[in-house]
Amino acid sequence: MSLKGWKEIEIGGLITDVGNSINYRTGDWRSYRPIWDDKKCNNCKVCWVYCPDGSIIIEDGIMIGMDLDHCKGCGICAQECPQKAIEMMEETKLREAVK
Amino acid sequence: MQVAKYKGIPKGLEGDRAVAEAMRQMNPDVVAAYPITPQTEIVMRFSDFVSNGEVDTEFIAVESEHAAMSSCIGAAAAGGRVQTATSGAGMALMWEVLWIASGSRLPIVMHAVNRSLSAPLNIHCDHSDTMGMRDAGWVHIFDENVQEAYDSAIQVMRIAEHPDVMLPALHALDGFIIGHSVERMETLPDEAVKEFIGTYTPKYSLLDVEHPATFGPMDLQDYFFEHKRQQVEAIQNALDVVVKVGKEFGELSGRPYGLMEEYRMDDADYVLVALGSTAGTSKVAVDMMRDSGVKAGLLKIRCFRPFPHKMVSEVLGNRKVVGVLDRSISFGAQTGPLCMEVITSFFTHGCYPNVVNYVYGMGGRDITPEHICEMYKELVEIDKKGLKGPAQRFFGVRD
Repeated sequence: MSLKGWKEIEIGGLITDVGNSINYRTGDWRSYRPIWDDKKCNNCKVCWVYCPDGSIIIEDGIMIGMDLDHCKGCGICAQECPQKAIEMMEETKLREAVK
Repeated sequence: MQVAKYKGIPKGLEGDRAVAEAMRQMNPDVVAAYPITPQTEIVMRFSDFVSNGEVDTEFIAVESEHAAMSSCIGAAAAGGRVQTATSGAGMALMWEVLWIASGSRLPIVMHAVNRSLSAPLNIHCDHSDTMGMRDAGWVHIFDENVQEAYDSAIQVMRIAEHPDVMLPALHALDGFIIGHSVERMETLPDEAVKEFIGTYTPKYSLLDVEHPATFGPMDLQDYFFEHKRQQVEAIQNALDVVVKVGKEFGELSGRPYGLMEEYRMDDADYVLVALGSTAGTSKVAVDMMRDSGVKAGLLKIRCFRPFPHKMVSEVLGNRKVVGVLDRSISFGAQTGPLCMEVITSFFTHGCYPNVVNYVYGMGGRDITPEHICEMYKELVEIDKKGLKGPAQRFFGVRD
């Protein structure tokens, strides 16, 4: 997103293109990443109920993964998962592993 | 005297009652307020109007001033015309939310009845409360008497809602001195007030579901500064709007208003600058000094925020000695808040008259024309002998 000047924006922080938080990639804030094991997952969707950021992706009623652009890594899904199918891993270690 | 479109209705009213009467005539959509001395009578009288069905207002009897201002913010974001009233400690309890009102650009109107801030506990007038919120981004007007309290109560709504401003605005009347004193004044007919305030349609509101908008979002390092810059522009725009609205009010009532008022200033060498009711007292003192041959004059500042720096420097820059009266203290600073603004005006416009600052009247201590004459005499002495001692003096305090 290119940043606009003070004369180009609405006053008072007003947002008129509602729902634009999708463009704000809060996933950048994350220090722990949820790693989902689809073999342990029984698709109960408890993670989807608890996720405060709507970052559990459901397609046709089936859990298919996480929206890592917006997941802040709070770890609630891992804590609540009855199947222990989600594990939180440190981002720095994951990035080192990629290297 | 200007010819008025409407004939005034003479009345004997206290400042608080005059403000409540103005509120009745403006008929705001929402009033959220909590009673506190010396503002209580405004809320009390306005509650009567609500109970008697004389207004359509939704009156929210809140549990605190923090809740009062928060309710005002919600109602203003919903698109309503919203007002409140408070004093001293009550205003202090609003503190956090005063910034949210201005930062969210909501044209809320506040009738502020000046009261000191405790401790020690004191319910009487000084300007510590509204001066404390002078950086909160509100338009801030001081009233000289009951008539001005009524007139400004009506004008601030127009100033706040002007598209170039869109900021909350307050007018301040001295607690007890104006708030509880009966004066002969004139109200406008209801239809005149209705005509003057017109209707208000905000560009966006929470209840406008056809054009959804998010109010009060998180605003971080990337845009917060830009929104603050917009507020600077808006409050500077109010300099023109206060004058425009004051002129229009003059056409209606015969009483035009501006940013400040000059009294016997044409050839004045010794000038006092004052706010609020003390400006009225000072006019009497100016006449007394003129009778004894001293070229005394008064500059009354009506609009404190935005402060008319350029005009002040033009009017005062070439006077022999300027005395500035502050009814509040900025602890640890060299002068009170009004004097700081006056000195800033001089320095930024390249003029350097002798300036002395009088702090007076704290906690409602009486100030009389004789006291003010003493100040004028001191200005004459300073002219003869030069400025000696500290620039800030505490007038009437016992050693």
